[in-house]
Amino acid sequence: MSGANPIPVKIVVAGGFAVGKSTFVESISDIDPLTTEAAMTKVSEGIDDIGDATSKKSTTVAMDFGRVALGQDLVLYLFGTPGQNRFHFMWDELVRGAIGAVVLVDTNRLEHCFPAVDYMEQAGVPFIVAVNAFDGVVRHHPEDVREALDVPAHVPVIVTDARHKAAVRDALVNLVRHAMTVAASAGAPA
Amino acid sequence: MTDPDRNGASALRVRPYLLTRGRTKSVVDLPLEAQVRTTDAGDGGVGHQPPEQRAILELCAQPHSVAEISALLDMHLQVARILVGDLVNDGMVTTNTATPQSNERPDLRLLERVLDGLQSL
Repeated sequence: MSGANPIPVKIVVAGGFAVGKSTFVESISDIDPLTTEAAMTKVSEGIDDIGDATSKKSTTVAMDFGRVALGQDLVLYLFGTPGQNRFHFMWDELVRGAIGAVVLVDTNRLEHCFPAVDYMEQAGVPFIVAVNAFDGVVRHHPEDVREALDVPAHVPVIVTDARHKAAVRDALVNLVRHAMTVAASAGAPA
Repeated sequence: MTDPDRNGASALRVRPYLLTRGRTKSVVDLPLEAQVRTTDAGDGGVGHQPPEQRAILELCAQPHSVAEISALLDMHLQVARILVGDLVNDGMVTTNTATPQSNERPDLRLLERVLDGLQSL
């Protein structure tokens, strides 16, 4: 019962179904990734049109997350999010106070990451696009991916390998650097 | 609320909120990653708490996030958040977040520390 309460920080790992989000988190997490279930309490415009109380608790969403100790007094949480549009209400919760997001992309199913890219852009969340090189093979050049996704020039587009800790760490480093650039250019709000 | 007796499937959904006496909002605003730690008062008061609160106090002898409390103690996230909020109010636990307002992003100094930490992995 001694020592300080560590400062928690959070990064969101977004992307389409089966793009490697869980693998990405697992590769770097100190713990076996955990799953928490959140009830769909903020029902939401556009998700269903039955506004009654029962519909509000009709859905739970599972979120996978991992934890990485960064020294003694800092702890990083990585949250994987369901990629579909209808889970946007979950993203609002997840990106709150987050450093930013890594949007994982499978170039064979590029369109699956569109909702995540759109969401992060609109919500003003610092993000990078990380092309997951399945089988260690990069089938598309990052700049082609940038063009296909129409992401602005200042957003990093990199290649990663969700299975390897070093590659995952590099992707996170890239995101944090990008978030620092964004924070600096925004006049570094506290 | 649905009557749990009438519909078995709904019982699992209703029960979590019995723990919170029907409340669906926490008294404190806690992000998923907020670190929760049991205070000395909380440590001393474990025996007087209902099982769920007791489990939180025991788990958080070492700091854990709200999300971890939810996952490890098999509680819905919102339930964990409400119970932690009550324990905060009672002085049984303290919480720690990166920024005073949960919707703010970490500042440059904190980002630099995160960067250093990642690079040392």
